[in-house]
Amino acid sequence: MYRYDAIDKEFLADRAAEFRGQVARRLSGEITEDQFKPLRLMNGLYLQLHAYMLRIAIPYGSLDSRQMRRMAHIARVYDKGYGHFTTRQNLQLHWIKLGQVPDILDLLAEVDLHAIQTSGNCIRNVTADPYAGATAEEIDDPRVWSEVIRQWSTVHPEFSYLPRKFKFAVTAAAKDRTAARVHDIGLVLRRARDGSLGFEVIVGGGQGRTPYVGPTIREHLPVDSLLSYLQAILRVYNRHGRRDNKYKARIKILVASLGAAEFARQVEEEWGRIDSPQADLPDTELARIRGAFTPLAFEALPARSDAFESAKAASPSLARFARNNVKPHKKSGYGIVEISLKAHGATPGDASADQMDLVADLAERYSLDDIRVTHEQNLVLPHVKLDDLPAVHAALAEAGLATPNIGLISDIIACPGLDYCALANARAIPIAQAIAQRFEDADRAELIGELKIKISGCINACGHHHVGNIGILGVDKKGEEFYQLSLGGSGQEDASLAQILGPGMSAERVPDAIETLVDTYLSVRQGEERFLDTVRRVGMAPFKEAVYADAH
Amino acid sequence: MPTLIKLADGRYGAAEDVFTTVADEDAIPEGPVILSLTRFQAEGDALLSAGRPVGVRILPDEAIEDLAYDLPRLAVVALAFPKYADGRAYSSAALLRQRLGYAGEVRAVGDVLREQASNMVRCGFDAFVPADGATADDWAAAAGRYRHVYQRAVDARAPVFEERS
Repeated sequence: MYRYDAIDKEFLADRAAEFRGQVARRLSGEITEDQFKPLRLMNGLYLQLHAYMLRIAIPYGSLDSRQMRRMAHIARVYDKGYGHFTTRQNLQLHWIKLGQVPDILDLLAEVDLHAIQTSGNCIRNVTADPYAGATAEEIDDPRVWSEVIRQWSTVHPEFSYLPRKFKFAVTAAAKDRTAARVHDIGLVLRRARDGSLGFEVIVGGGQGRTPYVGPTIREHLPVDSLLSYLQAILRVYNRHGRRDNKYKARIKILVASLGAAEFARQVEEEWGRIDSPQADLPDTELARIRGAFTPLAFEALPARSDAFESAKAASPSLARFARNNVKPHKKSGYGIVEISLKAHGATPGDASADQMDLVADLAERYSLDDIRVTHEQNLVLPHVKLDDLPAVHAALAEAGLATPNIGLISDIIACPGLDYCALANARAIPIAQAIAQRFEDADRAELIGELKIKISGCINACGHHHVGNIGILGVDKKGEEFYQLSLGGSGQEDASLAQILGPGMSAERVPDAIETLVDTYLSVRQGEERFLDTVRRVGMAPFKEAVYADAH
Repeated sequence: MPTLIKLADGRYGAAEDVFTTVADEDAIPEGPVILSLTRFQAEGDALLSAGRPVGVRILPDEAIEDLAYDLPRLAVVALAFPKYADGRAYSSAALLRQRLGYAGEVRAVGDVLREQASNMVRCGFDAFVPADGATADDWAAAAGRYRHVYQRAVDARAPVFEERS
């Protein structure tokens, strides 16, 4: 993985020192909360319902054991002993004291971590495929390009005060694990017929109040033109994106109002005027960054591990874990292990400091010191030998981290909701917990198969409900929490927006309604159809009738 | 009187502001003036012909390209920040320098805070009227806060990839 050099480290130190000074000015009363707000937001520090929340960037969701241990330490000493992994592959600490933030930033900087641009109307942390460098599906390593974008976008002089926040996703695999089509910019690496590497450039996807699946504005951008082209897109957006209404300020609104063709024309025109040799990254730097992601020292192993096969035969729980949480690796004899942060009844995405330490230990011992965070709020050990899987599974199980539910009904994305967030209209976490408990039976969950439930506590859609196979949106109706169900969304390569099923319902009714939706699916599904496929084939009607039958 | 800070030869210093910024409804006084774009388009030629130093104040929603033909005659382009968070003027400044070849003074006016100093300098601003009471020394400290920069911009600073090579 990419290692910070002396220059990167000095940059972080300068940033931490700057913020220390700003916090001192705030605590001494030299500046007011109003004046301090934009400064703290540049450093990922939010004032939430009960306390300050610090959002730590995990660049493209990739970290090593040293960094994970440091975050565990911070969660233990400066927070309540746990942290929350987010849908942007970051870590949030929800109970932070302002006066301690400078010390926390120093501790983070020591291990090359920071909170730069995790909030504010700037270019945020890049989402990348959590299986990068491990999956055989990819045609290039998306981390190389994510790191290029990280450096380019860090304190960008022209694009630090955009109309609104700006999020990138980068993937190089056919199966999209980044939700590229619902990002401000999605970059999908592709090879042209002549073999050259390029990006499909998707602009103006998004969720929130006005969800869009982003249109492709360029089928094949040569990879060495990436930064000049991004400069053109960002410049068009910076100049022409709306600033009069924050709910209409994302680039998706500009793209939708101009139309994708006209937006693309403006970008191409601007791009044609940019001095590309000045704007694009020199080949030498690209080669240096690429060198940081050279293939790891994998051992030559047989595809089949006898130790693993016999352990599976002896342990149904290991076999189930292997079926659901272990994915194929590009190297024979290795597997990609997903660690579910969705234990039944737990808060999706939460991990205790002890759990973080354990994952760090396992990564160091069994996964070439590599850990990933997924946008679905789970963790990944990307390079585990099949021979080691029984030991890894046993250690995870002991720490409550072996829930075998990746991609299944209880692998739910939920935003923090009204339990933490000042914007929320309704709780999200208790709904996720109630659904997970209802579908605790692992046999039944496997029988149901892939089913992505996503829950947001308000229309800002941090829980991605628009792209849930089943989306759940919490709304406030005359002081009461109500939940609106929608069906048929996907954030993957077959992206689509979910359609509202019908009138909202109380929290108590939600698990029953999910049960009814699942029963309906099981009764009409054909062959290997996923829930999403069935909804797309039969439409909303049978589901709607079943859920609202009682109401008639 | 608000402070005017100028950047020249890599140094920041307090400067006397010889320009009067003229509101659209006011009569044009003697001496060097900064006018709105509309007022400049109506009355600029006459003033310039009379040998007056003239500057133009550009609002964020005005296209900097509209000034292209007049730039060689302008002493100052003042880019307005109605709110610190409105980042359009950064693009306008970069375009003035890189695309339109403007070599005169590019001045930041409005809600101008020291936290923006580095970005402004990097986009080509060389004059600043801070709204937060910052002195030239404060401004220099803020602009030089970071020892390294990650990207090429309008200024001459070498980005990290040049430092590394």
